[in-house]
Amino acid sequence: MREVIIPLIIVFAVLAGVLTVSAGLIWLERRLLALWQDRYGPNRVGPFGLFQVVADMIKLFMKEDWVPPFADKFVFVLAPAIIMATTLMSFAIVVFAPGLTVVDLSVGLLFFLAMSSLGVYSVALAGWSSNNKYSLIGGLRAAAQMLSYEIFMGLSLMGVVLLAGSFNITAIVEAQKKMWFCIPQLPGLVIFFIAGIAETHRLPFDLPEAENELVAGYHSEYSGMKFAMFFVGEYLAVALISALVATFFLGGWLGPVLPPIIWFTIKTFAVICLFILLRATLPRPRYDQLMAFGWKLMLPLALLNIVVTGGILLSRG
Amino acid sequence: MFGIFSGLWRVLLHALHKRVTVQYPEKKSYLPPRWRGRIILSRDPDGGERCVACYLCAAACPVDCISLQSTEDEHGRRYPAFFRINFSRCIFCGLCEEACPTYAIQLTPDYEMGEFNRQEMVYEKEDLLIAGEGKYKGYNFYKAAGVSIANKDKGQAQNELPPVDMHDLLP
Repeated sequence: MREVIIPLIIVFAVLAGVLTVSAGLIWLERRLLALWQDRYGPNRVGPFGLFQVVADMIKLFMKEDWVPPFADKFVFVLAPAIIMATTLMSFAIVVFAPGLTVVDLSVGLLFFLAMSSLGVYSVALAGWSSNNKYSLIGGLRAAAQMLSYEIFMGLSLMGVVLLAGSFNITAIVEAQKKMWFCIPQLPGLVIFFIAGIAETHRLPFDLPEAENELVAGYHSEYSGMKFAMFFVGEYLAVALISALVATFFLGGWLGPVLPPIIWFTIKTFAVICLFILLRATLPRPRYDQLMAFGWKLMLPLALLNIVVTGGILLSRG
Repeated sequence: MFGIFSGLWRVLLHALHKRVTVQYPEKKSYLPPRWRGRIILSRDPDGGERCVACYLCAAACPVDCISLQSTEDEHGRRYPAFFRINFSRCIFCGLCEEACPTYAIQLTPDYEMGEFNRQEMVYEKEDLLIAGEGKYKGYNFYKAAGVSIANKDKGQAQNELPPVDMHDLLP
């Protein structure tokens, strides 16, 4: 009985925790952006405006869930579900503390890469099924961007895998007991983080949404809860990438004095704040600049990182 | 590359800056006395209505939000039978105040006029009239102007000479 109940509790705790945190991120992002732009942000509903998210959620639930008559209905409804499903599936392999994980896969890292690659279907299908030119352009951009950044996202993690000698998340964190991988794998960290921004289409790389040119990009036609799923899915992805940066490069739950789960949370939130700081600072590049940056700079760098890491490991024996 | 990091640092430093937002309902920003807000109708120093219902404000109003009807009392003084301003149309341009020959219509530094019911944005004369003189003190149109009303004939106004007798040959 215990073998069934404890994993179930963990599954639902992770699901509830992750969804709550990603909804809370909306509030956090608005408050932090406001702080850095000398404003206040939402501070009226509840303590520090925390219930703003609840109010927004109620509003989104009450809204008409409209499917445009010209849309491909089945795909249109399916698309937002995919991004939520794939991102939530990725959280299954995140190890919050020793033993506190939904499933400790031996190829956890590969599972995450597979799931994040599937996520592109959501955006591409949403853009396509909306039958709207702006949505289509957004979907196309998303597909191209994810394709090009997916490649070196995987490659940037191979350095970590080489050092840890395993695809298992727990083994990767355990391998960082002496030194966090952010020191020997600094290029890997930078490349993974950049790829992660592109993967979540966050602000320097939010060309699929690009509200100044494409209305709202791939989710222009979405409303109500379907839009909310894209919206929360984006923040889920931010939380996921931050959690993985913390896991792969910042030593996961490792840390003195405080309990492991607290260390993991602190590191994840630090990375999330960096995400938001980047949004507050950087302008959006042009589309061709984005692609050139990915293929001509980041991909060779990722390959070089693997070669150098592998060479050093080999020479040490 | 350096630009990105210096930019990030500068944005981060903004966390220490003073926030420019005024927390409105608790704190109110300073409004200059000439602020053009809610429109009122003032009274002269003796407590009578200043408005003489000349229609100039209604004519000047670019959005036609003022409507009124003139009438006369038993002394021969003109006054508005009704005076109505539709504040859901008003753009607070102040042209009515400029057009008013008697300082009756004035704009005040009050802007908190939100209503839940659109009909309540229409203000009648009772809503517009205030007890005092507003911005321009000590002016009474019927005491200064050469219009004859009961108890005051021509030539009896302030700074007014008696009217010239056209049949008199003396200079």
